Amino acid sequence: MKGKSLVSITDYSKEEILEIVRLSEKFENNPVSDLLKGRVVATLFFEPSTRTRLSFESAVNYMGGKVIGFTDSSSSSVQKGETLKDTIITVSNYCDLIVMRHPLEGTARYASEVSAVPVINAGDGANQHPTQTLLDLYSIHKTQGTLENLNIFMVGDLKYGRTVHSLLMAMTHFNPVFHFISHEKLRIPEEYKIFLRQNNIPFFEYSDFADRLAEADILYMTRVQRERFSDPIEYEKTKDTYVLKSEMLVNVKDNFKILHPLPRVNEVSIDVDDHPSAYYFPQTKNGVFARQAIIAKILGLKIDF
Amino acid sequence: MNKDRTKLQVSAIESGTVIDHIPANQLFKVIKILKLDAIQNQITFGTNLYSQRQGKKAIIKISDVFFKEEELNKIALIAPTAKINVIRNYEVAEKSVVEVPDLIVGIVKCVNPKCITNHEQIVTRFTVIDKQRVELKCHYCEKITDQEHLKIS
Repeated sequence: MKGKSLVSITDYSKEEILEIVRLSEKFENNPVSDLLKGRVVATLFFEPSTRTRLSFESAVNYMGGKVIGFTDSSSSSVQKGETLKDTIITVSNYCDLIVMRHPLEGTARYASEVSAVPVINAGDGANQHPTQTLLDLYSIHKTQGTLENLNIFMVGDLKYGRTVHSLLMAMTHFNPVFHFISHEKLRIPEEYKIFLRQNNIPFFEYSDFADRLAEADILYMTRVQRERFSDPIEYEKTKDTYVLKSEMLVNVKDNFKILHPLPRVNEVSIDVDDHPSAYYFPQTKNGVFARQAIIAKILGLKIDF
Repeated sequence: MNKDRTKLQVSAIESGTVIDHIPANQLFKVIKILKLDAIQNQITFGTNLYSQRQGKKAIIKISDVFFKEEELNKIALIAPTAKINVIRNYEVAEKSVVEVPDLIVGIVKCVNPKCITNHEQIVTRFTVIDKQRVELKCHYCEKITDQEHLKIS
């Protein structure tokens, strides 16, 4: 469907998710095109980001479009006290599509209601980051050949990690089994467990890795932020429990892959980078194709490859 | 006559709406939600009245005003026990209870301090995900506001 904003992963049905996966594959085979020739995409980053902004801008450039925007709110009229509403209405008169990130939650939904052009949410505080989820799904599909019936392990900050929550919601369409590994303070919130039970999705919770990875298809690692712990000693004690090291990968399956939304701090040891299961850098490349697919879908571009 | 006077704690109205069994501590919120402070009609109210069922209750009687059902349902969030009597010619013509609506526009403030609705002038919107426990999901930030943290904006 043309012209529909993408604010939350729940805006997309199972069929729409699969459509993005198929389109991403097409763009991976044909990354350079002139599908966006004569089009302008605005990237409005009210807080800094490297990966998300650059991969969007890369996606637009490879498709022959132009990018306008700002990389933090200090270089915009927000500094003069302009409201978000006025900024969005104004910018929506200058472009065909808005990609935005904002530290406050709900901004992208609000922007999509006042904007004359579609809005893609590139992160609104701790709330949603649907394009990350779609590139995660493309990465899973690409490495596993399917999204159905997979054993998904999630490790790290399962309480606050928005990428974890969105991926969990999206994967629920595909009959997975979830395994959650985290410190007791960073466990998956009750509302998501209720959601999984309602959808008859089995899940298991552990407090350490032990020798559990042998049955895993996907390991989704996330960063544990120091500021989540009120007691710094507790952070120091626990941070090493959730670090992935290469010696833990001896019994893994051939199709097993390690994903990470990045940035990484120390939770994936550097010696894992050369392991055939390490997939977090190819994953970032998939981000460009997935974002090309999302842009194409939202703008209703005609793809003849 | 004396007996009648002691019995009726807030005097009767000839025609209009009576909102009874409001929890006493919610009276002023009900007044705010229904914007009773802005109407010119005669209003009488009593609070901290004895109620067998709820201990202390409040009652409001508004002369010659008849509300739409959806207007009155707005108070269900804070006064789910409220009973509505429509009065005509000193008699109760209709009785009803209030029901929590599916969608709440305005009225409630989102509990999330990082929600955009708490930073810009935006009319809040919530879908009611649990009517019994009164749990509201913000249309914008998608966080849940529960009854305990419910604030009227």
